[in-house]
Amino acid sequence: MTQKLDYLKESPSQTAGPYVHIGCVPNAVGVTGVYAQDLGSALFTGPEPSDAITVKGTVYDGLGSALTDAMIEIWQADANGLYASAQETRGQADPGFTGWGRSAGDLATGEFSFRTCKPGRVPYVDGRDQAPHITFWIVARGINTGLHTRLYFADEVEANALDPVLGRVDPARVGTLLAHPEADGIYRFNIYLQGEGETVFFDM
Amino acid sequence: MSKPGGYINRDRLWHPPALTPAYKSSVTRSPNAPLLSLPTSISEETGPVFGDSIIGELDNDLILNFSSTGEAAIGPRIIVHGRVMDEYGRGVPGALIEVWQANAGGRYRHSKETYIAPLDPNFGGCGRMITAEDGSYEFRTVRPGPYPWPNTMNDWRPAHIHFSLFGAAFAQRLITQMYFEGDPLVALCPMANGIADDRARDMLVAPLDMNATIPMDCLAYRFDIVLRGRRQTPFENRKDGL
Ligand SMILES: [Fe+3]
Repeated sequence: MTQKLDYLKESPSQTAGPYVHIGCVPNAVGVTGVYAQDLGSALFTGPEPSDAITVKGTVYDGLGSALTDAMIEIWQADANGLYASAQETRGQADPGFTGWGRSAGDLATGEFSFRTCKPGRVPYVDGRDQAPHITFWIVARGINTGLHTRLYFADEVEANALDPVLGRVDPARVGTLLAHPEADGIYRFNIYLQGEGETVFFDM
Repeated sequence: MSKPGGYINRDRLWHPPALTPAYKSSVTRSPNAPLLSLPTSISEETGPVFGDSIIGELDNDLILNFSSTGEAAIGPRIIVHGRVMDEYGRGVPGALIEVWQANAGGRYRHSKETYIAPLDPNFGGCGRMITAEDGSYEFRTVRPGPYPWPNTMNDWRPAHIHFSLFGAAFAQRLITQMYFEGDPLVALCPMANGIADDRARDMLVAPLDMNATIPMDCLAYRFDIVLRGRRQTPFENRKDGL
C-alpha cells in the first residue's frame, strides 16, 4: 500500500441542452424581467473605437445544417494584448472593453455576430508572441463538453506563420481557424462541428 | 515561493466523450478528429470578472425572481447549496454560477419549448449567484419535474438543474447538470450515462441535506462542484507574468 493522493476530480460536463439560453441569455428567448440585460451582449462598455470590427459566423453540424440552438462565447485580449481579467499581471487592460462576449445567435438562422476589436498579441507559455486570436467556446444540444476553438485572422499572414499554436495544427487544417474579411471591418468565421472542413478543436 | 503554472488537463475519460450514440443529437454534433491537446497559455489562464454588482437581490431566488405579483412559484420548495472547489480542494471565490431548469411540471419557459405541461406564471427558471470567499453558494427554487424528450420513443429526463460556471480562468469554464438523490430516472438517462465512470456520474447527484433544510418551509440538497485546478510550482519553466 502507499499513501493516498487526495486530489479531487473535475465535475464531469453535461450538455447545455437546447434551453441553455434560459440560464445564460434569458432575455433573448423571452424570459424577461429577471435580469436587466443578458451578460456578454456587449464587449464595449462605452463608445466603440473607430477600429471596431464585426465577427460573424454560423455553426454547422455534420449534415451541413446550421445550429439554431447553440450558445457561443468569445474571450480575447484588448487591442493592446491585455486581458480584462484578475489574472492579468502584465498591465491594465482597456477599462472600456470586457473581452468577453456571449450570443445565442439568430434563433432562426443560427448566425452569431459580435462587435469587438482585433486583439493585440499575447505571449505563449515559452514567451514567444502568439498571433492575434479570439477564443471561442460552443455549447448546444448534442455537445457533451463545450467545444473550444480559436479564431485567427486570415489577414495576419506573418503573425500566423509564427504562431506557436497554429504551428501545432495539421497544415491542411489551419484554414479552419482563419476568419476572412468579408467587407470593411467584417470578418466571417464559420464553425464546422464535423465532416469535411471540420474545425480544429482544442483541449487546453 | 511557488508560482502559478498551467491548468491540469481535463481527464477526457472522466467526462462524457463527444460521441455518445444513445444520445442521438451527439451523432452529428461530435467532432471526428481528436482534440488538439496543448498546455494552457495566458489566453486560457485568464477569464472575465463578474463582480457582485451584477447580482440583483432576487437573482438566487427562483421562487420569486420571475413573479410580478410576489406570489411564489408552484412546487416543492428547495434550497440548493454547496461549494465550488478546484481539484486541490481550494474554494473558488468570485465564481459566477448560472442555473436554469424546468418548472415543477417539467416545462421550460423557452420560445421553442412545446411540452404539454403548463407554464407557471410565477416561474421563469433562471437564477445566478457569485461564490463567497470560501467558494460557497446557495439558491432557492422549486424542485423541477422530469420531462419527456425526443430521442428514442420514450426517454424522460431525470429531474435536474443545469449549471454554468466561470472560475478564475476560461480554462475552468464548465456546464454541467445536477441530479437528485434517489431519482430512478438517472440510471435510465442517455445523457447521464454518457459518463462512463460511476464515480464521475455520482459527482452530479446531490444528496438530500436535512441539516440545511428550513423546518416547515424548504427541503435542501447539497451540490459541490469541482473545477480544474492550477498547478503551483517553482519549477515550471514560464516567463514571469504568464
Ligand atoms: Fe434540461
